[in-house]
Amino acid sequence: MTLESFNQIATSVWTVWAVLVFTGIVSWALRPANRGRFEQASRIPFDEE
Amino acid sequence: MPSQAVASAVSRPQPRYVEDVVRAAVVLTMFWGIAAFLAGVVIASQLVWPQLSFDSEYLTFGRLRPLHTSAAIFAFGGTALIGTAFHVVQRTCRARLFGGAPLGWFVLLGYQLFIVLAATGYLMGITQSKEYAEPEWFVDLWLTVVWVAYLIAYLGTVMKREEPHIYVANWFYLAFIITIAMLHIVNNLAMPVSIVGSKSYVAWAGVQDAMIQWWYGHNAVGFFLTAAFLGMMYYYIPKAANRPIYSYRLSIVHFWSLVFLYIWAGPHHLHYTSLPDWAQTLGMVFSVMLWMPSWGGMINGLMTLSGAWDKLRTDPGLRFSVTAVGFYGMATFEGPVMSIKAVNSLSHYTDWTIGHVHSGALGWVAFIVFGTTYYLVPHLWNRPGMWSTRLMGWHYWIATIGIVLYITAMWVSGIMQGLMWRAYDELGFLQYSFIETVAAMKPFYAIRLLGGVFFLTGGLLMAYNMWRTIRGEPARVPAAQPALAA
Repeated sequence: MTLESFNQIATSVWTVWAVLVFTGIVSWALRPANRGRFEQASRIPFDEE
Repeated sequence: MPSQAVASAVSRPQPRYVEDVVRAAVVLTMFWGIAAFLAGVVIASQLVWPQLSFDSEYLTFGRLRPLHTSAAIFAFGGTALIGTAFHVVQRTCRARLFGGAPLGWFVLLGYQLFIVLAATGYLMGITQSKEYAEPEWFVDLWLTVVWVAYLIAYLGTVMKREEPHIYVANWFYLAFIITIAMLHIVNNLAMPVSIVGSKSYVAWAGVQDAMIQWWYGHNAVGFFLTAAFLGMMYYYIPKAANRPIYSYRLSIVHFWSLVFLYIWAGPHHLHYTSLPDWAQTLGMVFSVMLWMPSWGGMINGLMTLSGAWDKLRTDPGLRFSVTAVGFYGMATFEGPVMSIKAVNSLSHYTDWTIGHVHSGALGWVAFIVFGTTYYLVPHLWNRPGMWSTRLMGWHYWIATIGIVLYITAMWVSGIMQGLMWRAYDELGFLQYSFIETVAAMKPFYAIRLLGGVFFLTGGLLMAYNMWRTIRGEPARVPAAQPALAA
Protein backbone atom coordinates (compact mmCIF):
# COMPACT_ATOMS: atom_id res chain seq x y z
CA MET A 1 0.00 0.00 0.00
CA THR A 2 1.40 3.39 -0.94
CA LEU A 3 1.39 6.28 1.46
CA GLU A 4 -1.08 8.16 -0.79
CA SER A 5 -3.67 5.37 -0.79
CA PHE A 6 -3.27 4.87 2.96
CA ASN A 7 -3.77 8.58 3.47
CA GLN A 8 -6.98 8.50 1.45
CA ILE A 9 -8.42 5.63 3.46
CA ALA A 10 -7.29 7.17 6.73
CA THR A 11 -8.98 10.54 6.07
CA SER A 12 -12.26 8.81 5.14
CA VAL A 13 -12.18 6.56 8.18
CA TRP A 14 -11.28 9.48 10.40
CA THR A 15 -14.20 11.57 9.12
CA VAL A 16 -16.70 8.78 9.82
CA TRP A 17 -15.12 8.16 13.25
CA ALA A 18 -15.25 11.87 14.20
CA VAL A 19 -18.91 12.12 13.15
CA LEU A 20 -19.80 8.99 15.16
CA VAL A 21 -17.99 10.16 18.29
CA PHE A 22 -19.57 13.60 18.09
CA THR A 23 -23.06 12.16 17.56
CA GLY A 24 -22.46 9.87 20.53
CA ILE A 25 -21.45 12.77 22.78
CA VAL A 26 -24.46 14.90 21.80
CA SER A 27 -26.94 12.06 22.30
CA TRP A 28 -25.35 11.30 25.67
CA ALA A 29 -25.70 14.96 26.64
CA LEU A 30 -29.33 15.13 25.54
CA ARG A 31 -30.41 11.76 26.94
CA PRO A 32 -33.34 12.40 29.34
CA ALA A 33 -32.02 9.79 31.79
CA ASN A 34 -28.94 11.97 32.38
CA ARG A 35 -30.95 15.02 33.43
CA GLY A 36 -30.52 14.42 37.14
CA ARG A 37 -26.77 13.89 37.10
CA PHE A 38 -26.22 17.05 35.02
CA GLU A 39 -28.39 19.05 37.39
CA GLN A 40 -26.20 17.80 40.24
CA ALA A 41 -23.04 18.61 38.28
CA SER A 42 -24.18 22.18 37.67
CA ARG A 43 -24.24 22.71 41.45
CA ILE A 44 -20.58 21.74 41.97
CA PRO A 45 -19.39 25.37 42.24
CA PHE A 46 -21.72 25.84 45.23
CA ASP A 47 -20.74 22.66 47.09
CA GLU A 48 -17.28 23.75 48.14
CA GLU A 49 -17.85 26.17 51.00
CA MET B 1 -10.02 33.10 61.18
CA PRO B 2 -13.56 32.91 62.54
CA SER B 3 -15.18 32.16 59.17
CA GLN B 4 -13.05 29.07 58.62
CA ALA B 5 -13.58 27.84 62.15
CA VAL B 6 -17.35 28.02 61.70
CA ALA B 7 -17.21 26.35 58.32
CA SER B 8 -15.15 23.40 59.51
CA ALA B 9 -17.31 22.98 62.60
CA VAL B 10 -20.50 22.49 60.61
CA SER B 11 -19.16 20.49 57.65
CA ARG B 12 -16.37 17.98 57.23
CA PRO B 13 -12.83 19.39 57.29
CA GLN B 14 -11.91 21.05 53.98
CA PRO B 15 -8.53 20.57 52.33
CA ARG B 16 -6.58 23.78 52.43
CA TYR B 17 -6.19 25.26 48.98
CA VAL B 18 -3.10 26.91 47.51
CA GLU B 19 -4.26 30.51 47.34
CA ASP B 20 -1.10 32.63 47.62
CA VAL B 21 -0.26 31.78 44.01
CA VAL B 22 -3.75 32.84 42.94
CA ARG B 23 -3.45 36.13 44.87
CA ALA B 24 -0.11 36.88 43.23
CA ALA B 25 -1.56 36.05 39.82
CA VAL B 26 -4.46 38.47 40.37
CA VAL B 27 -2.07 41.34 41.18
CA LEU B 28 0.25 40.47 38.29
CA THR B 29 -2.71 40.32 35.92
CA MET B 30 -3.61 43.87 36.87
CA PHE B 31 -0.01 44.99 36.35
CA TRP B 32 0.26 43.39 32.90
CA GLY B 33 -3.15 44.72 31.97
CA ILE B 34 -2.00 48.30 32.56
CA ALA B 35 1.25 47.58 30.69
CA ALA B 36 -0.63 46.13 27.71
CA PHE B 37 -3.16 48.98 27.54
CA LEU B 38 -0.36 51.53 27.83
CA ALA B 39 1.65 49.88 25.05
CA GLY B 40 -1.51 49.95 22.95
CA VAL B 41 -2.00 53.66 23.58
CA VAL B 42 1.65 54.32 22.66
CA ILE B 43 1.46 52.52 19.31
CA ALA B 44 -1.96 54.02 18.55
CA SER B 45 -0.33 57.46 19.10
CA GLN B 46 2.49 56.50 16.75
CA LEU B 47 -0.05 55.81 14.02
CA VAL B 48 -1.42 59.34 14.47
CA TRP B 49 1.99 61.00 15.01
CA PRO B 50 4.70 58.83 13.40
CA GLN B 51 7.43 61.09 14.82
CA LEU B 52 6.74 59.51 18.23
CA SER B 53 9.16 56.70 17.43
CA PHE B 54 11.89 59.37 17.91
CA ASP B 55 14.00 57.73 15.21
CA SER B 56 15.02 55.09 17.72
CA GLU B 57 15.16 51.48 16.58
CA TYR B 58 13.93 50.37 20.02
CA LEU B 59 10.73 52.43 19.71
CA THR B 60 9.68 51.63 16.16
CA PHE B 61 6.09 50.52 15.61
CA GLY B 62 7.38 47.19 14.29
CA ARG B 63 9.01 46.34 17.62
CA LEU B 64 6.38 47.85 19.90
CA ARG B 65 3.38 46.20 18.23
CA PRO B 66 4.33 42.61 19.21
CA LEU B 67 5.13 44.01 22.66
CA HIS B 68 1.52 45.22 22.86
CA THR B 69 -0.09 42.03 21.47
CA SER B 70 2.02 39.73 23.64
CA ALA B 71 1.47 41.87 26.73
CA ALA B 72 -2.29 41.76 26.16
CA ILE B 73 -2.66 38.10 25.19
CA PHE B 74 0.12 36.28 26.99
CA ALA B 75 0.99 38.54 29.93
CA PHE B 76 -2.45 39.91 30.89
CA GLY B 77 -4.62 37.07 29.56
CA GLY B 78 -2.19 34.24 30.31
CA THR B 79 -1.46 35.27 33.90
CA ALA B 80 -5.20 35.64 34.53
CA LEU B 81 -5.74 32.14 33.14
CA ILE B 82 -3.00 30.52 35.24
CA GLY B 83 -4.36 32.14 38.41
CA THR B 84 -8.02 31.35 37.78
CA ALA B 85 -7.27 27.85 36.50
CA PHE B 86 -5.56 27.03 39.80
CA HIS B 87 -8.43 28.60 41.73
CA VAL B 88 -11.21 26.87 39.79
CA VAL B 89 -9.59 23.43 39.63
CA GLN B 90 -8.98 23.28 43.39
CA ARG B 91 -12.47 24.50 44.24
CA THR B 92 -14.44 22.35 41.79
CA CYS B 93 -12.35 19.24 42.47
CA ARG B 94 -12.24 19.93 46.21
CA ALA B 95 -8.56 19.00 46.14
CA ARG B 96 -5.36 20.83 46.94
CA LEU B 97 -3.24 21.78 43.93
CA PHE B 98 -1.09 18.85 42.78
CA GLY B 99 2.53 19.60 43.64
CA GLY B 100 1.30 22.14 46.18
CA ALA B 101 2.54 25.70 46.44
CA PRO B 102 6.05 24.98 45.04
CA LEU B 103 4.73 23.71 41.69
CA GLY B 104 2.15 26.51 41.59
CA TRP B 105 4.84 29.14 42.16
CA PHE B 106 7.11 27.54 39.59
CA VAL B 107 4.39 27.75 36.94
CA LEU B 108 3.41 31.33 37.75
CA LEU B 109 6.93 32.75 38.14
CA GLY B 110 8.33 30.67 35.29
CA TYR B 111 5.64 32.12 33.09
CA GLN B 112 6.55 35.65 34.22
CA LEU B 113 10.16 34.96 33.24
CA PHE B 114 8.92 33.85 29.80
CA ILE B 115 7.05 37.16 29.43
CA VAL B 116 10.07 39.25 30.39
CA LEU B 117 12.42 37.30 28.09
CA ALA B 118 9.98 37.61 25.18
CA ALA B 119 9.25 41.32 25.72
CA THR B 120 12.84 42.45 26.12
CA GLY B 121 13.74 40.39 23.07
CA TYR B 122 11.19 42.22 20.90
CA LEU B 123 12.65 45.59 21.84
CA MET B 124 16.14 44.38 20.91
CA GLY B 125 14.89 43.02 17.59
CA ILE B 126 15.03 39.34 18.56
CA THR B 127 12.03 37.75 16.85
CA GLN B 128 11.15 34.89 14.54
CA SER B 129 8.50 37.12 12.92
CA LYS B 130 5.58 34.74 13.34
CA GLU B 131 2.36 36.42 14.48
CA TYR B 132 1.66 35.70 18.20
CA ALA B 133 4.70 33.35 18.11
CA GLU B 134 7.47 35.94 17.94
CA PRO B 135 9.72 34.60 20.75
CA GLU B 136 12.90 32.90 19.57
CA TRP B 137 13.86 29.27 20.15
CA PHE B 138 15.39 29.58 23.64
CA VAL B 139 12.31 31.39 24.96
CA ASP B 140 10.06 28.80 23.29
CA LEU B 141 11.95 25.96 25.00
CA TRP B 142 11.58 27.63 28.40
CA LEU B 143 7.84 28.13 27.84
CA THR B 144 7.53 24.44 26.97
CA VAL B 145 9.06 23.49 30.34
CA VAL B 146 6.71 25.85 32.20
CA TRP B 147 3.69 24.70 30.22
CA VAL B 148 4.32 21.01 30.90
CA ALA B 149 4.57 21.86 34.62
CA TYR B 150 1.26 23.72 34.29
CA LEU B 151 -0.35 20.65 32.69
CA ILE B 152 1.04 18.37 35.41
CA ALA B 153 -0.24 20.63 38.20
CA TYR B 154 -3.67 20.92 36.59
CA LEU B 155 -4.12 17.31 35.53
CA GLY B 156 -2.70 16.04 38.83
CA THR B 157 -5.30 18.05 40.73
CA VAL B 158 -8.10 16.71 38.51
CA MET B 159 -6.86 13.17 39.05
CA LYS B 160 -6.82 13.38 42.83
CA ARG B 161 -10.21 15.13 43.00
CA GLU B 162 -12.71 14.35 45.72
CA GLU B 163 -15.64 15.40 43.56
CA PRO B 164 -16.51 12.48 41.25
CA HIS B 165 -17.68 14.62 38.33
CA ILE B 166 -15.24 16.91 36.47
CA TYR B 167 -17.05 20.26 36.35
CA VAL B 168 -17.37 21.74 32.83
CA ALA B 169 -15.07 24.73 33.49
CA ASN B 170 -12.21 22.25 33.95
CA TRP B 171 -12.87 20.75 30.53
CA PHE B 172 -12.39 24.15 28.94
CA TYR B 173 -9.20 24.92 30.90
CA LEU B 174 -7.78 21.48 30.15
CA ALA B 175 -8.51 21.75 26.41
CA PHE B 176 -6.72 25.10 26.50
CA ILE B 177 -3.62 23.76 28.23
CA ILE B 178 -3.29 20.66 26.03
CA THR B 179 -4.03 22.36 22.71
CA ILE B 180 -1.68 25.29 23.36
CA ALA B 181 1.11 22.81 24.14
CA MET B 182 0.53 21.04 20.81
CA LEU B 183 0.28 24.27 18.78
CA HIS B 184 3.29 25.87 20.45
CA ILE B 185 5.59 22.91 19.85
CA VAL B 186 4.64 22.28 16.21
CA ASN B 187 4.59 25.91 15.09
CA ASN B 188 7.91 26.73 16.76
CA LEU B 189 9.99 23.78 15.52
CA ALA B 190 13.18 25.54 14.49
CA MET B 191 16.90 25.06 14.00
CA PRO B 192 19.08 27.55 15.92
CA VAL B 193 22.03 28.91 13.96
CA SER B 194 24.25 28.45 17.00
CA ILE B 195 23.74 27.26 20.55
CA VAL B 196 24.86 30.65 21.91
CA GLY B 197 23.00 32.83 19.41
CA SER B 198 19.38 33.94 19.39
CA LYS B 199 18.74 33.47 15.67
CA SER B 200 17.00 30.35 14.37
CA TYR B 201 15.31 29.15 11.19
CA VAL B 202 11.80 27.71 11.35
CA ALA B 203 11.50 24.10 10.17
CA TRP B 204 8.61 24.86 7.82
CA ALA B 205 8.81 26.69 4.52
CA GLY B 206 6.52 28.32 1.98
CA VAL B 207 2.80 27.68 2.06
CA GLN B 208 3.21 24.88 4.62
CA ASP B 209 4.78 27.42 6.96
CA ALA B 210 1.90 29.81 6.36
CA MET B 211 -0.70 27.11 7.01
CA ILE B 212 0.99 25.85 10.18
CA GLN B 213 1.40 29.42 11.40
CA TRP B 214 -2.34 30.14 11.01
CA TRP B 215 -3.34 26.73 12.27
CA TYR B 216 -1.42 27.89 15.35
CA GLY B 217 -2.64 31.49 15.16
CA HIS B 218 -6.32 30.83 14.86
CA ASN B 219 -6.30 28.14 17.51
CA ALA B 220 -4.48 30.50 19.82
CA VAL B 221 -7.62 32.59 19.38
CA GLY B 222 -9.83 29.51 19.68
CA PHE B 223 -8.25 27.79 22.65
CA PHE B 224 -6.33 30.54 24.46
CA LEU B 225 -8.64 33.52 23.99
CA THR B 226 -11.92 31.61 23.72
CA ALA B 227 -12.01 28.18 25.37
CA ALA B 228 -9.94 29.15 28.40
CA PHE B 229 -11.95 32.29 29.13
CA LEU B 230 -15.13 30.24 28.68
CA GLY B 231 -13.82 28.13 31.54
CA MET B 232 -13.71 31.36 33.51
CA MET B 233 -17.29 32.16 32.43
CA TYR B 234 -18.60 28.74 33.45
CA TYR B 235 -17.30 29.12 36.99
CA TYR B 236 -17.32 32.82 37.88
CA ILE B 237 -20.65 33.90 36.34
CA PRO B 238 -22.60 31.23 38.28
CA LYS B 239 -20.65 32.20 41.42
CA ALA B 240 -21.25 35.93 41.04
CA ALA B 241 -24.92 35.47 40.07
CA ASN B 242 -25.30 32.80 42.75
CA ARG B 243 -27.18 30.45 40.46
CA PRO B 244 -26.06 27.40 38.51
CA ILE B 245 -25.36 27.55 34.80
CA TYR B 246 -28.57 27.80 32.73
CA SER B 247 -28.10 24.45 30.97
CA TYR B 248 -25.37 22.02 31.86
CA ARG B 249 -26.12 19.80 28.86
CA LEU B 250 -25.80 22.81 26.56
CA SER B 251 -22.38 23.44 28.11
CA ILE B 252 -21.32 19.89 27.15
CA VAL B 253 -22.51 20.35 23.57
CA HIS B 254 -20.86 23.80 23.55
CA PHE B 255 -17.52 22.35 24.63
CA TRP B 256 -17.37 19.41 22.24
CA SER B 257 -18.59 21.30 19.19
CA LEU B 258 -15.98 24.03 19.80
CA VAL B 259 -13.26 21.40 20.12
CA PHE B 260 -14.37 19.53 16.99
CA LEU B 261 -14.74 22.64 14.82
CA TYR B 262 -12.18 25.24 15.88
CA ILE B 263 -9.09 23.35 14.80
CA TRP B 264 -10.16 23.54 11.12
CA ALA B 265 -10.83 27.28 10.87
CA GLY B 266 -7.22 28.49 10.43
CA PRO B 267 -7.15 28.64 6.59
CA HIS B 268 -9.55 31.61 6.60
CA HIS B 269 -6.45 33.72 7.39
CA LEU B 270 -5.05 32.74 3.98
CA HIS B 271 -7.88 33.46 1.55
CA TYR B 272 -6.71 34.29 -2.00
CA THR B 273 -3.13 33.18 -1.28
CA SER B 274 -1.19 30.23 -2.72
CA LEU B 275 -2.95 27.94 -0.24
CA PRO B 276 -5.03 25.42 -2.27
CA ASP B 277 -8.56 26.60 -2.90
CA TRP B 278 -10.19 23.57 -1.24
CA ALA B 279 -8.31 24.35 2.00
CA GLN B 280 -9.53 27.96 1.91
CA THR B 281 -13.12 26.82 1.41
CA LEU B 282 -12.76 24.26 4.21
CA GLY B 283 -11.55 27.00 6.56
CA MET B 284 -14.47 29.20 5.59
CA VAL B 285 -17.09 26.47 6.05
CA PHE B 286 -15.80 25.48 9.49
CA SER B 287 -15.63 29.14 10.55
CA VAL B 288 -19.27 29.65 9.60
CA MET B 289 -20.26 26.46 11.46
CA LEU B 290 -18.52 27.79 14.57
CA TRP B 291 -21.22 30.40 14.83
CA MET B 292 -23.63 27.81 16.29
CA PRO B 293 -21.62 26.60 19.30
CA SER B 294 -20.48 30.16 19.97
CA TRP B 295 -24.00 31.44 20.24
CA GLY B 296 -25.03 28.36 22.21
CA GLY B 297 -22.37 29.29 24.74
CA MET B 298 -23.42 32.93 24.76
CA ILE B 299 -27.05 31.99 25.42
CA ASN B 300 -25.91 29.68 28.21
CA GLY B 301 -23.94 32.47 29.88
CA LEU B 302 -26.63 35.12 29.51
CA MET B 303 -29.56 32.91 30.53
CA THR B 304 -27.77 32.04 33.77
CA LEU B 305 -28.85 35.52 34.79
CA SER B 306 -32.55 34.80 34.23
CA GLY B 307 -34.36 35.68 37.42
CA ALA B 308 -31.30 37.57 38.69
CA TRP B 309 -31.08 40.40 36.18
CA ASP B 310 -31.50 42.93 39.01
CA LYS B 311 -27.97 41.99 40.14
CA LEU B 312 -26.61 43.83 37.11
CA ARG B 313 -27.80 47.07 38.65
CA THR B 314 -26.02 46.53 41.95
CA ASP B 315 -22.96 44.51 40.96
CA PRO B 316 -20.76 46.19 38.32
CA GLY B 317 -18.42 43.17 38.44
CA LEU B 318 -21.18 40.89 37.19
CA ARG B 319 -22.12 43.57 34.67
CA PHE B 320 -18.58 43.32 33.27
CA SER B 321 -18.84 39.53 32.91
CA VAL B 322 -22.27 39.64 31.29
CA THR B 323 -21.26 42.40 28.87
CA ALA B 324 -18.21 40.25 28.06
CA VAL B 325 -20.51 37.39 27.07
CA GLY B 326 -22.44 39.84 24.87
CA PHE B 327 -19.21 40.88 23.16
CA TYR B 328 -18.29 37.20 22.81
CA GLY B 329 -21.52 36.72 20.87
CA MET B 330 -20.87 39.80 18.76
CA ALA B 331 -17.25 38.97 17.93
CA THR B 332 -18.10 35.33 17.13
CA PHE B 333 -20.82 36.54 14.77
CA GLU B 334 -18.53 39.02 13.05
CA GLY B 335 -15.70 36.47 12.71
CA PRO B 336 -17.63 33.92 10.60
CA VAL B 337 -18.97 36.74 8.42
CA MET B 338 -15.42 37.98 7.80
CA SER B 339 -14.23 34.44 6.99
CA ILE B 340 -16.59 34.27 3.97
CA LYS B 341 -14.32 34.72 0.98
CA ALA B 342 -16.39 37.47 -0.66
CA VAL B 343 -16.42 39.51 2.57
CA ASN B 344 -12.79 38.70 3.25
CA SER B 345 -11.75 40.12 -0.13
CA LEU B 346 -12.90 43.49 1.23
CA SER B 347 -11.96 43.14 4.90
CA HIS B 348 -8.59 41.36 4.77
CA TYR B 349 -5.47 43.47 5.47
CA THR B 350 -7.67 46.41 6.52
CA ASP B 351 -8.37 47.99 9.92
CA TRP B 352 -11.66 46.08 10.05
CA THR B 353 -9.62 43.07 11.22
CA ILE B 354 -8.03 45.16 13.97
CA GLY B 355 -11.50 46.32 15.04
CA HIS B 356 -12.75 42.73 15.11
CA VAL B 357 -9.79 41.55 17.17
CA HIS B 358 -10.35 44.32 19.70
CA SER B 359 -14.07 43.70 20.09
CA GLY B 360 -12.92 40.23 21.13
CA ALA B 361 -9.86 41.25 23.14
CA LEU B 362 -11.27 44.29 24.93
CA GLY B 363 -14.95 43.34 24.98
CA TRP B 364 -14.72 39.64 25.70
CA VAL B 365 -11.29 38.80 27.17
CA ALA B 366 -10.55 41.95 29.18
CA PHE B 367 -14.14 42.37 30.41
CA ILE B 368 -14.45 38.77 31.62
CA VAL B 369 -11.09 39.21 33.41
CA PHE B 370 -12.32 42.46 35.01
CA GLY B 371 -15.56 40.80 36.11
CA THR B 372 -13.69 37.81 37.50
CA THR B 373 -11.11 39.97 39.27
CA TYR B 374 -13.81 42.09 40.92
CA TYR B 375 -15.24 38.83 42.26
CA LEU B 376 -11.87 37.35 43.24
CA VAL B 377 -10.25 40.26 45.09
CA PRO B 378 -12.78 40.50 47.96
CA HIS B 379 -13.04 36.71 48.00
CA LEU B 380 -9.29 36.02 48.19
CA TRP B 381 -8.38 38.81 50.61
CA ASN B 382 -11.46 38.23 52.76
CA ARG B 383 -13.01 41.68 52.33
CA PRO B 384 -16.73 42.47 52.39
CA GLY B 385 -16.50 43.84 48.85
CA MET B 386 -14.44 46.12 46.65
CA TRP B 387 -13.35 49.38 48.28
CA SER B 388 -15.61 51.43 46.01
CA THR B 389 -18.58 50.13 44.02
CA ARG B 390 -18.99 53.59 42.45
CA LEU B 391 -15.48 53.42 41.04
CA MET B 392 -16.32 50.02 39.56
CA GLY B 393 -19.31 51.64 37.85
CA TRP B 394 -17.11 54.42 36.49
CA HIS B 395 -14.63 51.83 35.23
CA TYR B 396 -17.45 49.96 33.50
CA TRP B 397 -18.77 52.96 31.60
CA ILE B 398 -15.40 54.48 30.70
CA ALA B 399 -14.16 51.13 29.37
CA THR B 400 -17.40 50.46 27.47
CA ILE B 401 -17.32 53.88 25.78
CA GLY B 402 -13.64 53.27 24.98
CA ILE B 403 -14.46 49.98 23.22
CA VAL B 404 -17.33 51.52 21.27
CA LEU B 405 -15.09 54.39 20.08
CA TYR B 406 -12.38 51.92 19.15
CA ILE B 407 -14.42 49.40 17.17
CA THR B 408 -16.69 51.88 15.37
CA ALA B 409 -13.64 53.91 14.26
CA MET B 410 -12.00 50.77 12.93
CA TRP B 411 -15.15 49.63 11.10
CA VAL B 412 -15.44 52.92 9.26
CA SER B 413 -11.72 53.20 8.63
CA GLY B 414 -11.36 49.55 7.55
CA ILE B 415 -14.29 49.46 5.15
CA MET B 416 -13.23 52.81 3.68
CA GLN B 417 -9.68 51.51 3.28
CA GLY B 418 -10.90 48.32 1.55
CA LEU B 419 -13.16 50.24 -0.80
CA MET B 420 -10.40 52.73 -1.68
CA TRP B 421 -7.95 49.91 -2.45
CA ARG B 422 -10.33 48.32 -4.95
CA ALA B 423 -11.62 51.52 -6.61
CA TYR B 424 -10.85 51.87 -10.33
CA ASP B 425 -11.28 54.88 -12.59
CA GLU B 426 -12.94 54.74 -16.03
CA LEU B 427 -9.61 53.77 -17.68
CA GLY B 428 -9.08 50.80 -15.37
CA PHE B 429 -6.35 52.39 -13.27
CA LEU B 430 -6.40 52.26 -9.47
CA GLN B 431 -8.14 55.42 -8.33
CA TYR B 432 -6.10 56.00 -5.17
CA SER B 433 -2.43 55.74 -4.39
CA PHE B 434 -1.59 53.89 -1.16
CA ILE B 435 -0.59 57.06 0.69
CA GLU B 436 -4.00 58.59 -0.04
CA THR B 437 -5.66 55.69 1.78
CA VAL B 438 -3.29 56.23 4.72
CA ALA B 439 -4.09 59.94 4.89
CA ALA B 440 -7.84 59.19 4.82
CA MET B 441 -7.50 56.97 7.90
CA LYS B 442 -5.86 59.59 10.13
CA PRO B 443 -9.03 60.96 11.81
CA PHE B 444 -10.13 57.42 12.66
CA TYR B 445 -6.72 56.64 14.12
CA ALA B 446 -7.21 59.64 16.41
CA ILE B 447 -10.65 58.35 17.51
CA ARG B 448 -9.14 54.90 18.13
CA LEU B 449 -6.43 56.49 20.27
CA LEU B 450 -9.10 58.25 22.31
CA GLY B 451 -10.88 54.92 22.80
CA GLY B 452 -7.62 53.37 23.98
CA VAL B 453 -7.00 56.20 26.44
CA PHE B 454 -10.49 55.64 27.87
CA PHE B 455 -9.81 51.94 28.28
CA LEU B 456 -6.45 52.60 29.97
CA THR B 457 -8.06 55.14 32.32
CA GLY B 458 -10.62 52.52 33.34
CA GLY B 459 -7.81 50.09 34.04
CA LEU B 460 -6.06 52.62 36.28
CA LEU B 461 -9.29 53.18 38.25
CA MET B 462 -9.51 49.43 38.72
CA ALA B 463 -5.90 49.15 39.88
CA TYR B 464 -6.46 51.92 42.46
CA ASN B 465 -9.68 50.30 43.67
CA MET B 466 -7.89 46.98 43.96
CA TRP B 467 -5.00 48.46 45.91
CA ARG B 468 -7.37 50.18 48.36
CA THR B 469 -9.37 46.96 48.79
CA ILE B 470 -6.32 44.83 49.50
CA ARG B 471 -4.79 47.41 51.84
CA GLY B 472 -8.06 47.87 53.78
CA GLU B 473 -9.23 46.10 56.90
CA PRO B 474 -10.26 42.44 56.56
CA ALA B 475 -13.96 41.78 56.99
CA ARG B 476 -15.03 41.24 60.60
CA VAL B 477 -17.94 39.02 59.62
CA PRO B 478 -17.75 36.71 56.62
CA ALA B 479 -19.76 37.94 53.65
CA ALA B 480 -23.29 36.56 53.88
CA GLN B 481 -23.84 33.61 51.55
CA PRO B 482 -27.49 33.70 50.45
CA ALA B 483 -29.05 30.29 49.88
CA LEU B 484 -28.72 28.98 46.38
CA ALA B 485 -31.77 29.77 44.27
CA ALA B 486 -33.49 26.75 42.75
